[in-house]
Amino acid sequence: MSESLLERSSARSSEHEQLLQVQDLKTYFPTPRGLVKAVDGVSFELERGKTLGIVGESGSGKSVLSRSIMRLLPRKTELHGQVMFDGRDLTNMKQAELRDVWGAEIAMVFQDPMTSLNPVMRIGPQITESIRHHLGVNKAEARETAIALLTSVGIPEPIRRLKEYPHQLSGGMRQRVTIAIALACGPRLLIADEPTTALDVTVQAQILDLLKVQQSERFMGMILVTHDLGVVAGRTDDIAVMYAGKIVEQAPTDELFADVKMPYTEALLQSIPRLSNHSHTRLQSIKGRPPDLVNLPKGCRFAARCPYVQDKCLAEEPPLIPITGKPDHLYRCWFPVGTAAGEAALESNRAAGKIDHEIDPAAAGEIIA
Amino acid sequence: MARQILGRIPQLILTLLAVSFLTFMLLSLIPGDPVLSILGTDNITEEMIQQKREELGLNDPLPVRYASWLGDAVRGDFGRSQRTQQPVMDAIKERLPVTVEIGLLALTGALLITIPLGSYTAFRANGIADRVTTTVSFALRSVPGFVLALLMIYIFAVWLRLLPATGWTRLTVDPVRNLRSALMPALVLGLAEVTAYTRVLRSDMIATLQQDFIIMAKAKGLPNWRILFKHALRPSMFSLMTVVGLNIAALVGGALIVETIFALPGIGRLLVDSIYQRDLVMVQGVVLFIASSYVIVNFLVDTLYTVLDPRIRHGRA
Ligand SMILES: Nc1ncnc2c1ncn2[C@@H]1O[C@H](COP(=O)(O)OP(=O)(O)O)[C@@H](O)[C@H]1O
Ligand SMILES: [Mg+2]
Repeated sequence: MSESLLERSSARSSEHEQLLQVQDLKTYFPTPRGLVKAVDGVSFELERGKTLGIVGESGSGKSVLSRSIMRLLPRKTELHGQVMFDGRDLTNMKQAELRDVWGAEIAMVFQDPMTSLNPVMRIGPQITESIRHHLGVNKAEARETAIALLTSVGIPEPIRRLKEYPHQLSGGMRQRVTIAIALACGPRLLIADEPTTALDVTVQAQILDLLKVQQSERFMGMILVTHDLGVVAGRTDDIAVMYAGKIVEQAPTDELFADVKMPYTEALLQSIPRLSNHSHTRLQSIKGRPPDLVNLPKGCRFAARCPYVQDKCLAEEPPLIPITGKPDHLYRCWFPVGTAAGEAALESNRAAGKIDHEIDPAAAGEIIA
Repeated sequence: MARQILGRIPQLILTLLAVSFLTFMLLSLIPGDPVLSILGTDNITEEMIQQKREELGLNDPLPVRYASWLGDAVRGDFGRSQRTQQPVMDAIKERLPVTVEIGLLALTGALLITIPLGSYTAFRANGIADRVTTTVSFALRSVPGFVLALLMIYIFAVWLRLLPATGWTRLTVDPVRNLRSALMPALVLGLAEVTAYTRVLRSDMIATLQQDFIIMAKAKGLPNWRILFKHALRPSMFSLMTVVGLNIAALVGGALIVETIFALPGIGRLLVDSIYQRDLVMVQGVVLFIASSYVIVNFLVDTLYTVLDPRIRHGRA
């Protein structure tokens, strides 16, 4: 009796154990122009069965971060820091050990299903090859599994599909196939890198819902990468906002939308397409461009584009710190949104005529509604 | 797929017609009177010449002569040797197996070396193996085939005494000796191709290895050999196929030299000997045969594309 109780409690504690712990991860690419600091000191944790959204403009280092976690990087890349997956350090693993993790324990869904499936190979073997490789089952069993997988990701006539080539399927169907491939060996972590960016608006929601359903049914950890905050709203447990290789704000999803602290996150919220918008109103995209990752600015990386910017922002880089009283809401800003200091900074810039576009404070609330 | 191949047959026929016409014109373009080369220049009279011209149909207008020659050729009758009176087709049939065997051996060997070598050097581009390969290829390319052949004869026949220096044993007579006599000629022919093939495959393969579906295959945890040969090889074969097709001509050209050096009774030697002996009917027949084979082989190579790429097969090129 006491033994079973012990077992149960240990089972529960392992259930809550972290699946993924990323510690100060840095990914630098040596290039003729200099060292490209694509990911520059990222830390976060992900529990089993939870979903983390990683959001940022294009070029902020989301894909490089995803691939760094898996260590799917070009050979000459400099990688520093630690990636603990299920108690093992992936950064120390040999290629052969990594290959046992890839596809079996961590799987990835890529952005463009038009290019991520092999154009000259039938769908069937593209699904069964990893099943056969990792699980060592025979051809017939692998085929049965593939049919079941295709059915579970909502592909009609799965048996016929096995014999088809990728170009015979629509974009949405192809992404369902890549999801089936990712799920094939029952991974514990699924990394989806902009899984809907290349798809028609009409099928985006279906694919995101499919991912959500599969994630919770299989109790997988999931990292959902996107440039669109609207995609992660309501679909992830936590959100990390990335800018120029760093996390600039991180919080539980509801908390983030309710209490944005980082002006960059606020600016991202402005660029979400909203139902309440009239079809004529143009989307506001963030002015300016992200900094050059070879010659990074001294202070805050967002300073050059920030409506709150002050002299201090240009001189000193703000640390990633929690809000007092909310240890799980981190941000990286000297003059945070919604604080007295922030309001004063914004007001002084407005008075000095430095702001030519206004951020609409009502925007944030509508997302959750 | 069948329809796409059938659709290209008229084009094939036109090409063959053009080839045959040019070959036919060869006789009229070569300086000197063919009749004189048949009869010789001693002790002949104008009468004999006229009689021979009539006999050969040389007095008919050109289109008529072409039509009757083509009619015969289509039926496999390429005329008779002016020297030996042997039907040209018989001579070709007799010599063809030698050339084909050496050509196939060279081609197969070249591809057997190229596919792993090109794939690996692409996979580890700029690595040690890649740089060594580049250097060796460069050296090989700058050595003419006949020098290579003589060098090999010296090493393998004279020095090591492993292989016969010259001569030919038929496959049906003694398969082992046949292979021994085919080995060096095939190596000389094949090595020249390997350098070109490897470069073509390597550069296509490097491009393929950048593709998303390769990263996806890697993310599945597949072993490198599987990624290279199951995922990357097929989409990287298009340029190689083209070059192989075009190089069939080079193999025939190479056969002229190689068969001469190694004293092999193949088509190449037949052509060279006929040219020296001014056996024009034989030259014409052999050239027509080689040119037509070349056109047909290239047609077959083109249809292979559709096998390689399902997108073409489904008419969505
Ligand atoms: N192999 C590489 N070599 C050099 N720079 C790279 C390489 N891969 C990505 N980068 C750079 O890293 C930055 C982040 O890229 P990425 O992670 O793809 O952005 P995101 O996915 O957020 O759009 C970009 O500036 C990109 O140019
Ligand atoms: Mg990306």
